[in-house]
This record gives sequence, structure tokens and C-alpha cells, in this order.
Amino acid sequence: MTGHAKAGRPNQFLRNLNSKIASIPMILTAVVIFLGGTIWTVVYSFTNSKLLPRLSFVGLDQYYRLWAAPRWIVSIENLAIYGIFSMIFSLVIGFVLAALMDQKIRFENTFRTIFLYPFALSFIVTGLVWQWLLNPEFGIQSVVRSLGWTTFNFDPLYTPSIVIYGVLIAALWQGTGLVMCLMLAGLRGIDEDIWKAARVDGIPMWKTYLFVVIPMMRPVFITTLVIIASGIVKVYDLVVAQTSGGPGIASEVPAKYVYDYMFQAQNLGQGFAASTMMLVTVAIVVIPWAYLEFGGGRNRV
Amino acid sequence: MSDTITLKNANGSGAAVIDKTLSEPHGAKPRRVISGRNIMLYGTLFVAATYYLLPLYVMVVTSLKGMPEIRLGNIFAPPLEITFEPWVKAWATACTGLNCDGLSRGFWNSVRITVPSTIFSIAVASVNGYALANWRFKGADFFFAILIIGAFIPYQVMIYPIVIVLRDIGIYGTLTGLILVHCIFGMPILTLLFRNYFASLPVELFKAARIDGAGFWQIFLRIMLPMSLPIFVVAMILQITGIWNDFLFGVVFTRPEYYPMTVQLNNIVNSVQGVKEYNVNMAATILTGLVPLVVYFVSGRLFVRGIAAGAVKG
Repeated sequence: MTGHAKAGRPNQFLRNLNSKIASIPMILTAVVIFLGGTIWTVVYSFTNSKLLPRLSFVGLDQYYRLWAAPRWIVSIENLAIYGIFSMIFSLVIGFVLAALMDQKIRFENTFRTIFLYPFALSFIVTGLVWQWLLNPEFGIQSVVRSLGWTTFNFDPLYTPSIVIYGVLIAALWQGTGLVMCLMLAGLRGIDEDIWKAARVDGIPMWKTYLFVVIPMMRPVFITTLVIIASGIVKVYDLVVAQTSGGPGIASEVPAKYVYDYMFQAQNLGQGFAASTMMLVTVAIVVIPWAYLEFGGGRNRV
Repeated sequence: MSDTITLKNANGSGAAVIDKTLSEPHGAKPRRVISGRNIMLYGTLFVAATYYLLPLYVMVVTSLKGMPEIRLGNIFAPPLEITFEPWVKAWATACTGLNCDGLSRGFWNSVRITVPSTIFSIAVASVNGYALANWRFKGADFFFAILIIGAFIPYQVMIYPIVIVLRDIGIYGTLTGLILVHCIFGMPILTLLFRNYFASLPVELFKAARIDGAGFWQIFLRIMLPMSLPIFVVAMILQITGIWNDFLFGVVFTRPEYYPMTVQLNNIVNSVQGVKEYNVNMAATILTGLVPLVVYFVSGRLFVRGIAAGAVKG
């Protein structure tokens, strides 16, 4: 106001001053923590920091060491398997459940509640429950054996080659409810007339879903995929609770590698390099999506 | 369905209504209840529902059994002799490291973390969202874009710099530090939530208030806040469940005496020494899951809205 009186035009800094003051926490978070923190970590990933961060640059040394570490390779392989399967299965199971729920069924609320409640639980709780269910001495394996199939084998958490699938089962139990909800919202957004037109044309239901409805739900699918994908890279608690990375290093994941090197092995440089690789992975997923969603939007419409 | 409704509405002239509904065709063609399609449909749903419910059932059943019974029977069998001892032990005497005061300590820590984090982060984010929606200043979009992109960056990338910042201001390892961290990481999604909500309110309201001479804070407190109860509830659900379920930040930013419940639970169950008491473990697991479950069941549809809005954060 005073700026206005003096100069005849509003002072740029004082304009919306209250709004700027109110936005200080947001600006600090965005610039200092998110931007600054990320740049800091990336810069220090090129140093040989051990117990404390030090600015002595060693080029790509940490990255060479990272990609030579068997434990990191196992982590990446696990992430790839876990990621690909959890994307496919979440989408398929989520969509099928949503399609079933969309058939004007009775007790819809009850079913939705049942499918979604695991999502309210933490990964730690999920991991511990499934650790118990998959326990070979007491869990599913022993129950099936006691029913007569004495050679039945199902102990994923104790078999290195398939342990990551044990983690996957728990993750799907926890997360598919959310996917179902998103898909159901997408299905409800589809015009009734589409269904009527398909019925008039005599197209079978599964074909209508596959060739008409799913293509129409493309935005929902893409959003869901991005949500699942950004969760996959962060997966940590579940593995800690269910297997602690074992047996041996068979169920290690990148997020756990980062934590262990930063806070337990006191090898910060490795931790920073590994976390930078995580950042790159996320960028590969998110940038094309952001481009499609925001950049290409103008051309599309 | 429709018959009973018409009957209720018609009150006195019930007979006439029945007559009408019986004589004239109305409503959808009645579908056979037992058809192949329905058997498939409900069959699949029931099988799926069983898969989702089974772990909860096993948790409850296991937590009510004594150890001898667990060693003998299978995990799906209901308890022959119900005992609440595992629950008592999980709450009050189970050991983590050197402490043997059970989950109660973690529970109160979690309460002391969740309550202020939720209140503080929502207070800050709602003002932020309001500023972004109604008082846009130059450069606001730029900062907001960084904030939203930040929601996708893996936490692991930012953890260590935050440790340093917290250490420098002297709150590393304390509850205050952890509360601040939760506020920081809740910021993107909450700000987005509030910005979109305030932007959806009619602009005329805002303009009228300005003409009447109301300023930034007055409009917020007197006009925006009273209209935004639903979005505050959604944000609360999102924050309470998210913060209660957090594990990583709890481990990284606090000392053992301040560990939240999730961390303590993991330490109790996955401790290497001693005999594994599965019943105590399961009771502890249920206890930890209880708060988010109650929030989920009480809030119903609002929970769905909350997670749909906040899925980006998880």
C-alpha cells in the first residue's frame, strides 16, 4: 500500500506480502530440502565420504564400486522382479476386482471395505503377518502338509531363489485394494451409453472391456502405474519386517542398501551413490509421465 | 425395494398403490438370483475376500492362543483355550533391547509424534494452499512445481542432508525433529489438496470479501476455514494413518527411547535372542495396526478420498 502511494505503482516485493510470508514454509521445503538436499546428495555421491561427509572428489569411483558389489546387483534384480510383477499383478487384480465390483453387486460396501483395509496397515504390520503365514513350520506349508500332501513345499521366505516372491505376495495383499479403488473410480466415470451401445452391437462383455473400456481408461491406468512405480522404488519397511534382507542377501532392495551403508556401515559415499541411482530410476519413470500429462497436453486437446 | 418405498409414501392408500404396481409393468426386468453368471461373480468375490481377510483372522486367532497350542496346531485353527496373556505381555512387558516395558512406550511415542505432526502440517499446508489458490504471487508456481516433483523423489535421497540440518539446529534424535520431518514430507500432498480445494470454491465469495475490505488472514479465517471442514477431515485421515505407519523416518531421526510404535514392533518381533513367542508377536502386530484400522473403519468413504488424493505420497 505505501509503495503504491509513493511510486505510483505497486512495489513488487510488498505486493501480496502476506501471501509470501505464508508461503515461506513451502518455499523453504521446496528449495532447501527437496532441491538443495537432492543436489547435496548427488554432489557428495562423487566423493569418498566415509563416516562423515567430506568434499574430496573421486569421480565415478563410488558408482564403479556400487555396480561391482554383488549385494547391489541382487538389490537391483530384486527390485526389477518385484517391480515388474507388482505392476502387472496390481493392475490385473485391481482391475478385475473393480470390474466385478462394478456389476451392481450387493454388499458392495462390505467387499470394498474388505479389499481396502490392508492398505490402512503399515508395511511393518503387513510384513510381520505374512512372515507368520509363510512360516514353514506353522504356516501355510504345514497346514497343507497336515491335510495329506506331505511333500508340499511352500516356504518362499526361506528359499533364496524365490524369497522376493514372498515379499511380493504381501505387497499385493497390502496394495491391490488401492488400485481397485482407483480403477473403480475410473470405471464409474465411463458413460453408461458406451455399455448400451456395445450391448446393442452384440459385443461380448469381455471384448467391450478389453477394446473399448480399457483404452478409454488410459489416464487412470497411467496415474495408477506412476503411483505404483514410485512406491516400488521406495520399498523398504516391508523387506525389513518380513525377511530383514535374508536369507543371506537374497531379498535385499536398493532402499535398504542405502540405509545400511549410510547409517550402519558408515560408508556414506556408497549410500549417496546408491540413492542417486534410485533418483535416476524414479526420474526415468516420472519424466515421461509428466511430459505426457502436462507437456503434451496442449497438443492433445 | 421400490414397492416398499411407494407403500411408505402412500401411507393410507396402500392398497391402491399395490394394485397399481401389480397391474402395470415397472422397474427393471427381474434378474434370476441364481444364475451361472452370479455364481461366478460372487464366487470370485468371496474367494478374493477370503484372501484379504485370512491374515487378519490368523493374527487374531494366534494372539489368543497359548504357546503350547501354537506349537501343536495349525495357524488357522481357532483357539481351544482363549487367553489374553499375550496381549498383556505385548503391551506391558515385551522386551526391545534393554527395555522391557512392551509396546506401551512406543504407543505413547507414536501419539506424541502423530498428534502435533498432523495438526502442525495441516495448519501450515492449508495456509500455503490458500495462498497458492487465491493470492498467487510471481514465482509461486515455480516453488509449487518443485514441491510436487519433490513428492516423487525417494526419501533416501534427502535423508542425510536432513540429518545434517537437524543436527545443526540441535534437534536431531528428538521428537521435535521427527515432527518437523513429517511436516516437511507431508507438505507436497497436503498443499496440493488444499490448493485444489480452495481453487474450487466460488471466486465471487473471495472477491466480495475483498471489496468489503477483508485482508489475507481475515478471508482465510472467516470465509475459507468454515467452508473447508471436509477437506480438513480428509487431510487428517491422510496424515494420521501415514505418520502412524511410518517406519523409515522413525528409525533414522529418533533415538531408541523415542522410537515410534512401528519401529518398536519390528524390534520386538525380529529380535534374534530368546524364544519366539508368536502369540505375543501377533498381539503386538494387531495393537500397532489398531489405530489406522480404527481410522479406516470410522472414516469410511472419506478414507478412500484421502488415499486417492494422497497416493502420491505413499
